[in-house]
Amino acid sequence: MNKEIIAWTVVGGAAALLIGCATAPSDAETTAKATQMMKASFNERGQAKLDRLDQDETQKLCSEYTGKDLPKEVAERIEKVNLESIKWPADGKYLGDWKSGEKIAQQGQGMQYSDDPKKPSGANCYACHQLAPQELSFGTIGPSLYQYGKARGYTEETRKYVYGRIWNSEGYGACSNMPRFGHNHILTEAQIKDVVALLMDPDSPVNK
Amino acid sequence: MSNPRWRAFARIAVLSSSLAVAIVALAQTSAVDEIAKYRAALQDGNPAELWEARGAELWKQPRGPNKVSLEKCDLGLGPGVVKGAYTQLPRYFADADRVMDLETRLVWCMVKLQGFSEADAVKNHFGGPGRKSDNEAFVAFVTSESRGIPMNVAATHPKEQEMYRLGEKMFFFRGGPYDFACASCHGVDNQRIRLQDLPNLTTKEGAQKAYSTWPAYRVSQGELRTFQWRLNDCFRQQRFPELKFTSDASIALTMFLAKNSNGAAYDAPAIKR
Ligand code: HEC
Ligand code: HEC
Repeated sequence: MNKEIIAWTVVGGAAALLIGCATAPSDAETTAKATQMMKASFNERGQAKLDRLDQDETQKLCSEYTGKDLPKEVAERIEKVNLESIKWPADGKYLGDWKSGEKIAQQGQGMQYSDDPKKPSGANCYACHQLAPQELSFGTIGPSLYQYGKARGYTEETRKYVYGRIWNSEGYGACSNMPRFGHNHILTEAQIKDVVALLMDPDSPVNK
Repeated sequence: MSNPRWRAFARIAVLSSSLAVAIVALAQTSAVDEIAKYRAALQDGNPAELWEARGAELWKQPRGPNKVSLEKCDLGLGPGVVKGAYTQLPRYFADADRVMDLETRLVWCMVKLQGFSEADAVKNHFGGPGRKSDNEAFVAFVTSESRGIPMNVAATHPKEQEMYRLGEKMFFFRGGPYDFACASCHGVDNQRIRLQDLPNLTTKEGAQKAYSTWPAYRVSQGELRTFQWRLNDCFRQQRFPELKFTSDASIALTMFLAKNSNGAAYDAPAIKR
């Protein structure tokens, strides 16, 4: 009797799957199939290995909820996990050299299979943000950061926030569209400090 | 200067230097407006014509171990029908039991009709300096035969519908060290990276405008680029591994964008930055 029920459940399940293919499959089924398809559709090349297709929890949740309302608990969970992962500077200093920060913010190379992995990555902040007014070639994916320090105040709190934001943007807004530069080892701690200075040093052209 | 090749080269030289000046001078106004002007000015002389002409020649040539031409290749509207075929691709092909885009179907025809090995048929799919690509020439020729015809991808077969759904999923799939999905760069109106305008491919108008203008002669590269190339290069910028030519993922994304562009008057090979 029990065996029979199990057998029917299995048959029923298989039938449901088949019907599922003929009609609309569930979202989870489509996700599983898409993931499988992608694994078969890419070649490793240079530094870009196939494990780049493995999503962490944040990426998984943010993909799942694109175009839908992100439930409050999910958003809070993403922010908590990412905030906790930030590695704060051991010396307690957030500000480096804004001149070096400006160069880093201009450079776009890094982590593409066409990039030399031995060279340090750039931050490419200008791809998405307006920063120093001299640079007219800036993108608009992110908000303008012109006069950032001047407007927010040159406080320890703001410095810390900017450092954290660049290290792991997901800690401050779930499903942020800004890369997690520290968390994902795109930039080093020293590079991040230099970019923080570009935003937060009163002498930086960003604040002129 | 009567040789069309030289005329085209002269135009490109003028185009790229004045384009560089235009971009610096214009800085913040949309570079696309300027490019639109160049496109209008060049309408009677897009260098893509050189690829179209070469493709038309190659199409008729007996080639491969079987020494036959591609004139019997079935692009979906029956053997040998090229006119309008591109506007209905990707589609399900019963003979291959697979949904195929144009480039995948061309490989299929080279293997099945002309007797090329799969490896030979996919060789050199994207050209470069001193390295001509037959794929680019075929694509230029076939797509040019759809100019002016509205995009009309059916996506009614279950396998076509599945491809569409998978393509849509992939479009929103965030991954890699930069957390990028296609949607990170193509999900909002009027955004740009540096000065390059990013089409919002999640809207009908955005998809129509982008899809109906590929393939395109790329001024910056001196090469006619195909849709497989476009996807490949965006995945590079997305920091993903390398998209395999004619892979299912490439076909799924093409299906998603092609179907969303339905109704647009097809207008390529175009000319772009
Ligand atoms: C791919 C796009 C992208 C890149 C590259 C990028 N950002 Fe952002 N950034 C954003 C977006 C979008 C936001 C808005 C909030 C969000 O989506 O999380 C943002 C927000 C910010 C904020 C918070 C602004 C506020 O009002 O508090 C700061 C600070 C910032 N970015 C700095 C930087 C710096 C410095 C760099 C380079 C190291 C950088 N960003 C690179 C997209 C980007
Ligand atoms: C990091 C940014 C970025 C990501 C991620 C990205 N793209 Fe792009 N895409 C661009 C840029 C920049 C251009 C314009 C290039 C140019 O003008 O030279 C572009 C152009 C395009 C175009 C041609 C638009 C036109 O009108 O010519 C299509 C189609 C496209 N992308 C599709 C995609 C798809 C599909 C994905 C995901 C697989 C994707 N992109 C991911 C940056 C990106």
